[in-house]
Amino acid sequence: MAFTPPKESYAGKVYTVTMGTGERAATIGGESVLPFHSFEGGTPNRPLVALEIQDVPPADWPENVRKVYDGVSDDPVKWAKHCQDDLKARAIALRLVGTHPDRENRSVEDAVKTAKDVLAAVSIPVIILGSNHAEKDTAVLVAVAEAAKDKNCIIGKAQEANYKTIAAAAMANNHKLIAMSELDINLSKQLNILITQMGFDKEKLITDPMCSALGYGLEYTYSVMERIRLAALTQNDQTMQQPMLGDVGMYVWKVKETQAAEADMPQWGAAEERGILWEAETATALLVAGAELLIMRHPKAVAAVDSVIEELV
Amino acid sequence: MALSGVEIFKLLPKTNCKKCGHPTCLAFAMKLAQRQATLDLCPDVSEEAKKKLGEASAPPIRPITLGAGDKAVKMGEETVLFRHDKKFVNPCAFAIEVKDTQSEADIESVCAQVMHSEIDRVGQKLRIDAIVITNESGDAGKLETAAKTVAAKAAGVAVIINTTNAQAAEAAVKLFAGSHPVVYGANASNLDAMASVAKAHKAILGIAASGLEELSELTEKAKGLGVEDIVMDSGARKAKEIIEHNTLIRRAAIKKGFKPLGYPVINFIQRGDSMHEALVASVCVAKYSSIVVLSSIEKWKSVALFALRQNIYTDPQVPMQVEQKIYKIGEPKADSPFFITTNFSLTYFIVSGEIENSKVPCRLAVMDSEGLSVLTAWAAGKFTATKIAQFINDSGIDQEVSAKELIIPGYVAILSGAIEEKLPGWKITVGPREANAIPAFLKARG
Repeated sequence: MAFTPPKESYAGKVYTVTMGTGERAATIGGESVLPFHSFEGGTPNRPLVALEIQDVPPADWPENVRKVYDGVSDDPVKWAKHCQDDLKARAIALRLVGTHPDRENRSVEDAVKTAKDVLAAVSIPVIILGSNHAEKDTAVLVAVAEAAKDKNCIIGKAQEANYKTIAAAAMANNHKLIAMSELDINLSKQLNILITQMGFDKEKLITDPMCSALGYGLEYTYSVMERIRLAALTQNDQTMQQPMLGDVGMYVWKVKETQAAEADMPQWGAAEERGILWEAETATALLVAGAELLIMRHPKAVAAVDSVIEELV
Repeated sequence: MALSGVEIFKLLPKTNCKKCGHPTCLAFAMKLAQRQATLDLCPDVSEEAKKKLGEASAPPIRPITLGAGDKAVKMGEETVLFRHDKKFVNPCAFAIEVKDTQSEADIESVCAQVMHSEIDRVGQKLRIDAIVITNESGDAGKLETAAKTVAAKAAGVAVIINTTNAQAAEAAVKLFAGSHPVVYGANASNLDAMASVAKAHKAILGIAASGLEELSELTEKAKGLGVEDIVMDSGARKAKEIIEHNTLIRRAAIKKGFKPLGYPVINFIQRGDSMHEALVASVCVAKYSSIVVLSSIEKWKSVALFALRQNIYTDPQVPMQVEQKIYKIGEPKADSPFFITTNFSLTYFIVSGEIENSKVPCRLAVMDSEGLSVLTAWAAGKFTATKIAQFINDSGIDQEVSAKELIIPGYVAILSGAIEEKLPGWKITVGPREANAIPAFLKARG
């Protein structure tokens, strides 16, 4: 029996999304095959990792990742420049977590100032995220989107409860938009449809099917991503052809395995490497499932993921 | 290639004798096609039909057991390309390489690491499954010496002997009689000799090819030589090639019924950088590897790889469940808040995560609801006032808490009166509907 490679070709294709402006603008998506299947079709752009920074000091991050940013994380501008200039980040994600009513409850004006200052300080693409408080995010993200007009940012996250105003603001100010729903392919599809029905360009959306950490439900995110990508490619479903986001760091750096000291959990080994690998491995699994954009925290985890991407393309 | 029910029916006696326990031959044929019955249930089937059906009903990827005893590892038997279609069957084995150029002390130390690699995670015992003994020296005596060390210091652990020298393989494999080792290193120039070693010692033959075409030729030849159990190395080493080859192998076996590639895959991925190696291993776990050969197994690395393997090989149709009990989050005192929820693992992870975020020490009662989330469990009658009251009473928690206040999920607010009736002396408080409101809820309580 002679062997014929059972290659496949697909009807659909992932949209290409560009973020940022000028020389440092970055492009993701565009592939017409499953992740890293360059042996049977086009994969024009490699996935992109953005380093996460916050508008307030990361007091809630575990020691092993917080200490990496000692000396810069007290000021978002310093922190952003450190990521761009010293860590050579290709993009950053500014999370305005301090605006959350249960956190520092920073005002919309403060958030706008932070976003403007960060945008003025760096030339790499910026993802601007709210605090995941549906109501407060509406006010914060609308104002921030205006302040960042024409910077071609990615604004997020629009959810079922607040997508209308956030999508309208992103559209009016020429930004890309993250649409997030909770671990369900049908909810993802429905939200994409609702947003595009407002007149938002379907090719400017990024789908976040909700992340989960290695060992803590990762298989759900993994399979939802695989199913979304298969729907995009095999069924040519235009409501599922957006690039996908894995918001990895936020989920990973709160599980036990990224925090427990080796003294408490000797069978888990060295805490520092364990935390870094936990983040990098969650990210790698999601890349294999179909994520094109990752938001991560530990620079060593990002470096490890970049090196495995290098080997995969 | 799998046969359809009707094709199978044509090969059966068509007597409708019911001896197989099915009402008709057609019904039996349908069960055979779905792999829900086996042919040996039919006492009257002809030899010819047995042969045809046997070949057709053999799983697309041959089941093979690596090692023996309680540490044996089952491989193969996979039926799908994507885990959402159906559960991936046999989790891949992690193997660590030792070389016969290493000192005895070094090899012993690796053996000790393997023997102590077992950890318990969500009720499963997970460990490094196998040791590869590589004939790096090219010397048969050295390979045998290294193999002796492994046999003595890692007794019971599955072994993969890695050499292209059939005589060296023979001397080493003798040490593992009856324990299904792999004799790896068969290629175009030594296939006959390696195949006879594998056959003589009931070992699995590991074929090392360069490319899928050569691989399928070699497995066919080995089969012609009477070898049944094979593991395949296509020669892929880079992550990109591993995805390509493993995907094409899995597709050929499952979608095309291409028998020459219907065996488990072994991937050698040793790297200088352990973190990088762990990520390449992650790609192998997700993409169809049956044996992943590593160069180091630090505990921080193993625990992460075990977790990923567990995630990928979970049954997508059976909700992951956590054990029913009262979990302590932080160090709760007698008057700390006390929550209850269901035992769907995602529910538990999200609720406990949000409680942790709040930094308020709490107790969280997780009740067995057969892995359903709160609303579904309530609708299905598995999260009812009676059951909740019984769980709380049986738990003996009233000895531990002073407040006797139970916080129930906001979605089942409707139950609060009924639970209060059934749990005299307890105050039932309705908590938030969504877990992400728990920190604010706890903050507001002060």
